[in-house]
Amino acid sequence: MAIVTTSKKACSVNPLKMSQPIGGSFAFMGLRGAMPLLHGSQGCTSFGLTLFVRHFKEAVPMQTTAMSEVATVLGGYENVEQAILNIYNRTKPEIIGINSTGVTETKGDDVEGFIRLIRQKHPQLEKFPLVYVSTPDFKDAFQDGWEKTVARMVEVLVDPAEAGAVRDPARVNVLPGCHLTPGDLDELRTIIEDFGLKPSFLPDLAGSLDGHIPDEFTPTTIGGIGVDEIATMGQAAWTIAIGAQMKRAAEAMQQRAGVPFRLFERLCGLAPNDEFIAFLSEISGRPVPAKYRRQRGQLADAMLDTHFHIGGRKLAIGAEPDLLFDLSSMLHEMGAEVAVAVTTTASPVLERVRTQEVLIGDLEDLEDLAKVRGCDLLITHSHGRQAASRLKIPFYRAGFPMFDRLGAGHLLSVGYRGTRDLIFDLANLVIADREANHQPTPDTWRTTESGLQVVPPQLH
Amino acid sequence: MSSLSATIQDVFNEPGCGKNANKTEAERKKGCTKQLQPGGAAGGCAFDGAKIALQPFTDVAHLVHGPIACEGNSWDNRGSASSGSDLWRRSFTTDMNETDIVFGGEKRLYKAIKEVIEKYDPPAIFVYQTCVPAMIGDDINAVCKAAATKFGKPVIPVNSPGFVGPKNLGNKLAGEALLEHVIGTAEPDYSTPYDINIIGEYNLSGEFWQIKPLLDELGIRILSCISGDGKYRELAYSHRAKAAMMVCSKAMINVARKMEERYGIPYFEGSFYGIQDSSDSLREIARMLIERGAPGELMDRTEAVIAREEAKAWAAIERFKPRFKDKKVLLITGGVKSWSVVAALQEAGLEIVGTSVKKSTKEDKERIKELMGQDAHMIEDMTPREMYKMLKDARADIMLSGGKSQFVALKAAMPWLDINQERCHAYMGYIGMVKLMEEIEKALYNPMWAQLRRPAPWDDAGVNWQAKAIAQMDAQAAEIAADPALAEATRRAKKICHCKTVDLGSIEDAIAAHGLSTVDAVKEHTNASGGCGACKGRIEDILAAQPTPILQAAE
Repeated sequence: MAIVTTSKKACSVNPLKMSQPIGGSFAFMGLRGAMPLLHGSQGCTSFGLTLFVRHFKEAVPMQTTAMSEVATVLGGYENVEQAILNIYNRTKPEIIGINSTGVTETKGDDVEGFIRLIRQKHPQLEKFPLVYVSTPDFKDAFQDGWEKTVARMVEVLVDPAEAGAVRDPARVNVLPGCHLTPGDLDELRTIIEDFGLKPSFLPDLAGSLDGHIPDEFTPTTIGGIGVDEIATMGQAAWTIAIGAQMKRAAEAMQQRAGVPFRLFERLCGLAPNDEFIAFLSEISGRPVPAKYRRQRGQLADAMLDTHFHIGGRKLAIGAEPDLLFDLSSMLHEMGAEVAVAVTTTASPVLERVRTQEVLIGDLEDLEDLAKVRGCDLLITHSHGRQAASRLKIPFYRAGFPMFDRLGAGHLLSVGYRGTRDLIFDLANLVIADREANHQPTPDTWRTTESGLQVVPPQLH
Repeated sequence: MSSLSATIQDVFNEPGCGKNANKTEAERKKGCTKQLQPGGAAGGCAFDGAKIALQPFTDVAHLVHGPIACEGNSWDNRGSASSGSDLWRRSFTTDMNETDIVFGGEKRLYKAIKEVIEKYDPPAIFVYQTCVPAMIGDDINAVCKAAATKFGKPVIPVNSPGFVGPKNLGNKLAGEALLEHVIGTAEPDYSTPYDINIIGEYNLSGEFWQIKPLLDELGIRILSCISGDGKYRELAYSHRAKAAMMVCSKAMINVARKMEERYGIPYFEGSFYGIQDSSDSLREIARMLIERGAPGELMDRTEAVIAREEAKAWAAIERFKPRFKDKKVLLITGGVKSWSVVAALQEAGLEIVGTSVKKSTKEDKERIKELMGQDAHMIEDMTPREMYKMLKDARADIMLSGGKSQFVALKAAMPWLDINQERCHAYMGYIGMVKLMEEIEKALYNPMWAQLRRPAPWDDAGVNWQAKAIAQMDAQAAEIAADPALAEATRRAKKICHCKTVDLGSIEDAIAAHGLSTVDAVKEHTNASGGCGACKGRIEDILAAQPTPILQAAE
């Protein structure tokens, strides 16, 4: 049982957290023909947009209601109306996804009310999909924005179950948390399809932000799940939710369309994937394909090879709750010690992280604690790079944003194969660090007066 | 202490800004706060602008007062380089929560300042205001003043919340904060006749260090660079410089002009992009310093350095000329770079087929015209499709732009190079220009392009999506050409004023109906140019093209 504490500092230094509205926009990016819209000043959108572009190295659609000082004070009805009309006329989207921000929440704009008025005033918008989610910047974090937004998509876009409607036993809904990459989603799609099942991902970033060359110029998202497909998700036999953050959306799906769900809090590591594969085999009524039997063997062997390097490592990890829980649990199972865990927001999984204390804090906390506790492996997003260079310990980038390395969209952590590659990467990082920084010298094991000083370079 | 709105007005009245000087009284009041179009805008906010302008001060703690979005989503995202402190790259924010919104965030801000001083002891703290605390009435001026008194350290309020306007207004508001609170508050240990300020230079990718060795060689001392690799104390005594060079077009013109007004420091606007521009700038610096009392021999030494560096650069560039023969560049960028890069590329024999003017001022545009001839194809608001067509029609072999439009080129398998702030190469001065040529050559001649342009084995050549897009556009064009009515409708539907959404037809109708002859009269009747005013030139052209012989007296 970890104790969850919150930093008492007045000044957050080197934030780990990103804001809730852009987490919401991120979710809308997994919808086809979507235009995410932030109701706020133009900077709210521009900062988020820049972050996404740097992470994915892709054109990213995102718009703003461009609230000025005066509009903010007087209320943003006209800005919301104009933004919707402009986007509707110019970019011909299939859906507009709106998130509020700190400025418009401080004023207290009633955006649901605005939307009703706009639909009345403009009949062409009467049936047009507009999804609004309240996501003030001054509460919660990126992951919460995603969580609320996906749940709201389910409430608004999924057709309610009709009495006596027949379910398609092959159809499976997948509700992935924001910690999964487009690469993860593709891996999951392959695994699920190999059991003869037909998955619908909501949201489906693999369709839109996997870095493919688009078929045409479009100012909206270039792929993802369509509004038409979302509407029929109620016909699926099962919903698979990945990450505790997706429980809310899974429950909404169950409530609205009666689809039962199974929540997988983790998909990295041997045991969680055994559970996942067994579940797929069970609901599909098919035996586990030979491919996955082989992959399981490969992962087991990889664990044997890598445990020499990962075992005993003192890990300092900073990540949003679900990613933190997933990676730290896997590394704990590989023999690493989770010495420092810092996260962004509250979550039921935090007290189950295999460590003494989980701190809701920032990267300064992570750096300071990692130093004090002598950590020798750092995992966090790209903003940890300054801390890593000061700490001089191996640094693995995980989570969002990853702007200073390439291929962020294709990093894998799910499945037997994803876990296998991830632990190889981590072990190689440790080996490279040892070769570069910890070669034995004649003085490495020399006893000093202050006691026995052992800096043990592990053997290959 | 002047209020924020008064400061904004003051910035709008900036006489040094040519764009402002051309405006009427009423327009000037509206200033640079171009009313953005909801659902059709994509720029940074005033806070972003202020932060960009000041963050390169390396030993200062930059504390952002606001909810997490403003700093959490944006920190450590600029490539400025520091020769000393790394404090500027650390991020400090009050990360306001709901309780702060209800009860006010001043106490948290005060405590945050205290924590920063205790932990990092910087020579100064810059405190940035953002929208939410501005709305709830947090008085950062008062908090900064109290903290400065209590802790005996400069705590500088930067009042530039995002919703007051766009990025470039933020640049200027940042300048105002420096003028009001920092410049002139310290004295240098000594001064020389060779002391200059560099204003509006951010040392991206360390590029200013491509020029600094030449200044060092000439014995010219950079008293303060505002703000690349800058230090607080240097900024505080920058009023003792003998002359100043303003680098980034208009971003900090208020700083340059007011320092001239207050401290008699003359400035000029120059650029270190391109060989000719670099030489001109070095000459101008020498000339100004001599005028302010430096010995005349400085000019001889400067000319010698210029001759030597130019010869070296030309020799290096010579190699590229055959490689660049008949190669065309599509240049899409804003502001100062439009003209300064044009000059540089032409020096290497590249042909420019267009440049954008979205962020450029009228003067910038004039310079582009001067350099490229009157036919310069300036791209106001190209759609990605049009941009691509331009590349595809072999009118361009490579596109140079900022990060945001890169994907149009890259996804179309066309070479592209980043020339905006996110780039990782330094392109300044003589050596930088050679570097730019190298990068362009690498991009143009990469063998990868040929493979990428080949269709997949299962696709027919020529039926790919690019071809389809072009065919679509061609079909549209053919349809328009075949139907005079449609052609006229298309012509009339061309949007002239983007802010107020006024098309050519409405303007022509208004001119015909009321016999209008001035831009102001057109504005009165159609609202065109009532926004940012960037379309004035287009309206002038329309007026000039009208057959009406009626000429009213100018208003």
